[in-house]
Amino acid sequence: MTTELRGKSAIVGTGHAGFGEAHGLTAYDVMAQSALAALGDAGLKLSDVDGLFCTMMEDSMPALMAAEYLGIQPRFIDGTMSGGSSFVNYLTSATMALDAGLCDVALIVYGSNQRTASGRLVTASRPPAYEAPYNPRYPISAYAMAAARHMHEYGTTREQLADVAVAARAWAQHNPEAFERGPLTREDVLGARMVGDPLTVRDCCLVTDGGGAIVMVRADRARDFPKVPVYVLGSATASSHRQISQMKDFTVTAARDSGARAFAAAGVTPADIQAVELYDAFTINTILFLEDLGFCAKGEGGAFVEGGRIAPGGVLPVNTNGGGLSCVHPGMYGIFTVIEAARQIRGDAPGIQSKDIDLALAHGNGGVLSSQVTAILGSQNTL
Amino acid sequence: MQDAKGPDQLFQRALAEGEILLPKCDDCGAYHFFPRVLCPHCHGAAISWKQATGKGRVYTTTVVRRSQNRGGDYNVCMVELQEGVRMMSRVEDIAPGEVAIDMAVTAFVGEAEGVPAVLFKPSEV
Ligand SMILES: [Zn+2]
Repeated sequence: MTTELRGKSAIVGTGHAGFGEAHGLTAYDVMAQSALAALGDAGLKLSDVDGLFCTMMEDSMPALMAAEYLGIQPRFIDGTMSGGSSFVNYLTSATMALDAGLCDVALIVYGSNQRTASGRLVTASRPPAYEAPYNPRYPISAYAMAAARHMHEYGTTREQLADVAVAARAWAQHNPEAFERGPLTREDVLGARMVGDPLTVRDCCLVTDGGGAIVMVRADRARDFPKVPVYVLGSATASSHRQISQMKDFTVTAARDSGARAFAAAGVTPADIQAVELYDAFTINTILFLEDLGFCAKGEGGAFVEGGRIAPGGVLPVNTNGGGLSCVHPGMYGIFTVIEAARQIRGDAPGIQSKDIDLALAHGNGGVLSSQVTAILGSQNTL
Repeated sequence: MQDAKGPDQLFQRALAEGEILLPKCDDCGAYHFFPRVLCPHCHGAAISWKQATGKGRVYTTTVVRRSQNRGGDYNVCMVELQEGVRMMSRVEDIAPGEVAIDMAVTAFVGEAEGVPAVLFKPSEV
């Protein structure tokens, strides 16, 4: 059963800035450069933007700070903060706001300078009271414990986890925009410094600067812009907890729910999807999300990714830009899943462009496997 | 537990006195953790405090790798208590890498980061 919002909005511009190291720039500078890039792509100006969808790691009112910096007075603002998934979540609220006429040009935007500012993953949240005394290292300890439980229950191996990182690197090697493009083997991943058992530093996402932006309009005017429009066919959110200690089953994420609803809204199934862009903060994420979104059965994610099956030339193109593991990871990666999915459909992906992509999936993760948001994007052919 | 009002205060006060109390719902009978003013299972607001059995099993575990000069590696794990609730903690008395999923553990009140905390050690067999 599709929803009334299916295909009602379209992405007509994408942009990014500050990938890798954005020396001398603040997070808001990177945000603004990304906004200009996406608006340029859409053939629009900042003064056309009347809907703003933004959150940052910087302070408690980032959407207001962004509007102020950009010099715009949007008539619709959404600054909902569900971590890295926020930007996939904005596809829903932007579609609703556009469809209701509450805005005409929606700008989704993010920027970070975490690498040059601090050199580590920045978090805007305080450690949870009932976890902080045990000094878990956030966010890796949470993902490490999920990986350990998955290995215990399903026999997933460190080699299979490593193959996720190897596949991401193989995609990144063809993407001139990717930050890490050197060779990476399974042995390199396994032999890298262990940071939180069973995960080595190569099982973890990059720490980079970077920003991204997306411009959306109502579908009825989507063909009036320079680039091929990409339609939002379905998007859905689900959350299961905030603190990792409150996650019921460490091997099953709320992506099972967000995915099922997004597929239903779009009226398609996993077998129809031609490119899959997942928030791969850690190698276990890719395995969990492939299972929970229905690309394979629970427990079979390890075998699904093994030996290059999600690498270029494999059975399913996954994280075709190199993902958070090898392309870019400026604190929150979610917006880049949407940008890469849209570019695959447009046919202008920066790395390996798969042929004739009509349907792509973008999946955002927020917190510590806490928030899951799935979006299905489609070409004109899918309307 | 005089002067303690909210659920967090009640839990922490008991801990400071060496006791591990767990909140249990009067309506549905289920335990929950962390402590709150309502039951997250049935949303009833009548909560009683029960002495924890202290018996649990490791649900999952990791070793936080840290350089020797900053104190060395340490364990972080999730323990499922007999009462059906889970909490983050660490298992002491064994090497961090020896902590294993399904291992039987027993709670004690110790100190973590300078505050009273629920810690675990391997159960005597
Ligand atoms: Zn209850």
